[in-house]
Amino acid sequence: MGRLRACLSGSREDGRARLVVFVMAGDPDLDTTHELVLRLEEWGVDAVELGIPFSDPIADGPVIQKAAERALAAGVTVQRVLDLVERIRQRSDIPIVLFTYVNPVMRFGLDRFAQLAKARGADGALLLDLPPEEADGYLQACRNVGLETVFLLAPTSTEDRIRRAVEASSGFLYCVSRTGVTGEREKLSSEVENLVARVRRVTDLPIAVGFGISQGEHARQVARYADAVVVGSAVVRRMAEGSREEGLLRVRGLIEELSSGLSGRGWR
Amino acid sequence: MREGYFGPFGGRYVPETLMAPLAELERAYQVARRDSEFQNELEGYLRDYAGRPTPLYFARRLTEYWGGAKVYLKREDLVHTGAHKLNNTLGQALLAKRMGKSRLIAETGAGQHGVATATAAAVLGLRCEIYMGSVDVQRQALNVFRMKLLGARVRPVDSGSRTLKDAINEALRDWVTNVHDTHYLLGSVLGPHPYPTMVRDFQSVIGREARQQILEREGRLPDVVIACVGGGSNALGIFSAFLADETVRLVGVEAGGRGFEPGCHAARFRGGSPGVLHGCYTYVLQTDDGQILSTHSIAAGLDYPAVGPEHAFLRMEGRARYVAVSDEEALSAFRLCAQLEGILPALESAHALAYAAQVVPNMGRDAVVLVNLSGRGDKDVQQVAERWGD
Repeated sequence: MGRLRACLSGSREDGRARLVVFVMAGDPDLDTTHELVLRLEEWGVDAVELGIPFSDPIADGPVIQKAAERALAAGVTVQRVLDLVERIRQRSDIPIVLFTYVNPVMRFGLDRFAQLAKARGADGALLLDLPPEEADGYLQACRNVGLETVFLLAPTSTEDRIRRAVEASSGFLYCVSRTGVTGEREKLSSEVENLVARVRRVTDLPIAVGFGISQGEHARQVARYADAVVVGSAVVRRMAEGSREEGLLRVRGLIEELSSGLSGRGWR
Repeated sequence: MREGYFGPFGGRYVPETLMAPLAELERAYQVARRDSEFQNELEGYLRDYAGRPTPLYFARRLTEYWGGAKVYLKREDLVHTGAHKLNNTLGQALLAKRMGKSRLIAETGAGQHGVATATAAAVLGLRCEIYMGSVDVQRQALNVFRMKLLGARVRPVDSGSRTLKDAINEALRDWVTNVHDTHYLLGSVLGPHPYPTMVRDFQSVIGREARQQILEREGRLPDVVIACVGGGSNALGIFSAFLADETVRLVGVEAGGRGFEPGCHAARFRGGSPGVLHGCYTYVLQTDDGQILSTHSIAAGLDYPAVGPEHAFLRMEGRARYVAVSDEEALSAFRLCAQLEGILPALESAHALAYAAQVVPNMGRDAVVLVNLSGRGDKDVQQVAERWGD
């Protein structure tokens, strides 16, 4: 079992849902991302989704779009993000999932990407616009080197699609909380609980829920039925305001708020 | 060939949320295209509302001026709203209605597809929102107002380069959010399956008419068929009828802009490489790191970094050839067509005429060249006036 899967599955032993945080690599520069990831681990975050910026992020809302624009303006490339993973690995064992769109990875080369990601110390990858149907070459490349794969499921996913995503995934399943793009919402959609239940019926892989989670109350709700909670825009937005130190302070507050709701689950 | 692919090109590269809705759209389209009631209804709208069939016009004075092959123009500029775009929007809007969708969204660059979508929405009683880059909103103020008059809401897009590519990003984000009641009416042979196939089918009426018309007029097939290629729907519309006729050369004309440095043109087959943008695998203008490049063309309808996947396939197979002409060449052809034929072509269509200007003089007088005049140029008058400073 890969480190990513093991980390998220841990929730079944101790009853505490895992907290996964998305950060855009290189927003506003790679040093800040390096420091942020180390601090996140210190504050109890269980795993990190490390975004590789893409110029046309169709699944992302304005907060992460802007973060990608800042990262690209800072000259971030696939290679530099992989080098950042290596730098993080000198100080931390936190599981890292690379999170991006298919084109930069295709351009880099599927095999070269998987090999280098693994060599630098990444645990898994998720390509937002690569459904299992188009993923043959990518899956082969990841399996060859033991890079864990993560695929998305959405409230619109049929049973057949759930099975396909389960077959293609080795790290965890990422359930999108609602139809829509990434970004904070006041209220969490109720459709996702039903989706998670449908996915559970066909797999033992851990299940994470993301998109729209930004408050302790959201995390508390999701922790009742999912193995992990993913938070993205709420962290990115806090880092984007004011100085680095102010940003880190605000993120720390958010992580504390989110963490407080993760224990005491009810699903098993 | 696998459904939804053109050789290695095409496919469905979208976030999971859209996979089921695309499958639903594909099924609905497969049923509708075989349903005579749907086809009759569409034919009725194309004939009585859009003004089809459009004429095939022998351009006598252009032919005399160039002194080579006979030049025929397929007059898509005479379709209601001024371009071939309405062929597709009527088809998709009828399909959306059949699927029980009450709302249409679309992207637009110059505004032609936006106007054609707003028009179809109005006549079929559907709500309509059009995404348009804020840069384009400014330079195409007249079309923005046309869309509003037709009852559509125009949503300026302020992300990225604030042009067509970003309008598509935003339309896709809207669709991801509102799939239950909304149909995304994509305007070209682009995007995830089934759009490239469906839009080509709706535009293939151009080629069916043109093939029959040229046979009636000349008793033979043309030697060359020329069309401009942005996404490439007017080109596939006319090419599709001639694909099996091996003697007919097919030429697509891309926007050469003001030069071949990155960012100065939209010639995907000259400066691009295979990649994924907006849901399909095709030729894309991109950096070495897989970031999408910005583009330039004087013709907003050609100003886009990816080309329809079927064009990538036709080029790979050697069935069609792709060339690029510059802004200046297109402008010269625009003026020539206006002064010799009394027709203001769209700047997009002027690219096809500009390539005709290169090859027609070198062909024999018994040869026949067919140019798809995909739209009229009234929308471009102000831009051309500013450029010429009068």
